Amino acid sequence: MGALSVDISLPLPGFTMAFSHVFHLRGITALFGPSGCGKSTLLRVIAGLERRAAGRVAYGAEVWQEGRRMMPTHRRGVGFVFQDTRLFPHLDVAGNLRYAQRRAPSGAGGFSRDDVIDALDLAPLLGRRPHLLSGGERQRVAIGRTLLSRPRLLLMDEPLAALDAHRKGDLMPHIARLPQMFGLPVLYVTHAIDEVTRLADDIVALADGRLLAAGEVAATLERLDLPPVSGRFEAGSVIEADVLGFERKYMLTRLDVAGQTLVMPGTSVPPGARLRLRVRARDVSLALSRPHDISIRNILSGRLIEIRAEADTAFAEALVDIGGGQHLRARLTRASVADLGLAPGVAVFALIKSVAFDRRALPRREGDDLRPGSPGRHGRD
Amino acid sequence: MIGALDLGPLWLTLRLAAISTLILLILGTPLAWWLAHTGSRAKSVIEAVTALPLVLPPTVLGFYLLVFLSPGSAIGGMWVRMTGENLTFSFSGLVVATVIYALPFTVQPLQASFESIGRAPLEAAATLRASGWDAFFTVATPMALRGYLTAVVLSFAHAIGEFGVVLMVGGNIPGRTKVISIAIYEHVETLEYAQAHMLSLILLVFSFVALVAVYSINRRFPLRVG
Repeated sequence: MGALSVDISLPLPGFTMAFSHVFHLRGITALFGPSGCGKSTLLRVIAGLERRAAGRVAYGAEVWQEGRRMMPTHRRGVGFVFQDTRLFPHLDVAGNLRYAQRRAPSGAGGFSRDDVIDALDLAPLLGRRPHLLSGGERQRVAIGRTLLSRPRLLLMDEPLAALDAHRKGDLMPHIARLPQMFGLPVLYVTHAIDEVTRLADDIVALADGRLLAAGEVAATLERLDLPPVSGRFEAGSVIEADVLGFERKYMLTRLDVAGQTLVMPGTSVPPGARLRLRVRARDVSLALSRPHDISIRNILSGRLIEIRAEADTAFAEALVDIGGGQHLRARLTRASVADLGLAPGVAVFALIKSVAFDRRALPRREGDDLRPGSPGRHGRD
Repeated sequence: MIGALDLGPLWLTLRLAAISTLILLILGTPLAWWLAHTGSRAKSVIEAVTALPLVLPPTVLGFYLLVFLSPGSAIGGMWVRMTGENLTFSFSGLVVATVIYALPFTVQPLQASFESIGRAPLEAAATLRASGWDAFFTVATPMALRGYLTAVVLSFAHAIGEFGVVLMVGGNIPGRTKVISIAIYEHVETLEYAQAHMLSLILLVFSFVALVAVYSINRRFPLRVG
């Protein structure tokens, strides 16, 4: 999987996009940012669909754009899954798949048409016309069609945005599997943080057409020096946990996080599995001693490593090291910080009110029927 | 009476309409495509020129064509040098006149179709490794099928029914430029009402059947776009 280097500028309504970054593509990379920040435009630039863009785009040693000279889209070998699917209305599902297959480079191995049909569960849809499919079905066909054109790089532009929560949950595991099953890197545009933490390995955050932050998902989301890329409400951290076992009496799953124990409701995860959890900063409180007469079960001991007060507000954000290289982000009032004497180095207990389970962390194992998409189970207390 | 009916003008008319429609499709497609996708300022001017035959009296159009196609003019003279034949009062001249006269009936439905298809499906085709030509023939054309159907029927029907322009440019030469509408006119002038009736009825039935076919095809196979 090669490096994709992008250094482009183009005028957008309200601002000029000026984006420069080298993507070291592996797994799923989320292009994340609020609506209108230019992330979809960036995807179109990479595909060669944005004629107004100037600059340089290169994939490995291959130059895709230099100044305004552009290699045409059909020679780049990029697959593009559009939000509105763009299935061809004059062809049935099988015809749409055949359209891509016929134009794929010959001799490309790795997977067959049947593999794609199986992976996306397309067999029952083959004879149907696109306008008779549901939104989720249409999107699955669009993904399958794109795969059959054998792209070297898969670009996905908010493929879940038009779907309801249920369909979204059904489709997410299909998307999560793509890089491993079909051996191709994915660039995934979204403005939904839950899609980032459930699907992505890396994140590239944009604001007003510029690069805001880039890196591994957990590390990038917990950085305090950045305006929260996900917005204040959803800001938080991603931690990884190993499943210890299930307590039938209380219907709780016990998890190990860097030697400490967390519990959350749920039964479907086998012991030994590794999970990725998302903890919102506003769901984390801090205490100087371990409270005992409290309903909160999830209390992790740790050490403060950074506190950042937000100017002109009542709030501060704190980063707690909970061991094993993992961090929790907590949102406090500045008054609490002063009253408790919180400062880097102070030992604290993090009280976690709610944990969202995001997905099975890598490495994923074959055969597990856990549905990472079952919409973000939240364990309260 | 019926035995005296000369079907020559009918065959000539059908031949004229078929050839003109074919030429119109070949010329009209790129023009409609350009009009549908261009951001050029020349668009309005070209659109207006294309639509002129809709508003000009056929005699005016015919008069200018007569002037520009006559052997003394640049175009007409070139044609004479190339083919040894006059463009005026000839079948070739009739084809040229018909193509110009029926151009809006080809271009406008096609342009509307291409505009409603938009760029989105073509972009999708490009990301599936289809070149521009490939995408045009395998995505845009089948999606514009209804536009093509409308264009063919309207152009063909107007080519069959045109009178004024044809009379100006072609005259009334049996076997060469005497088309059905002129034959009907002549029959009426010479009080041969029976022949006029027959030819008119043929035209009426043909036009009606063609339109019914178009409407029922449109209803039976609604081509969904988007």
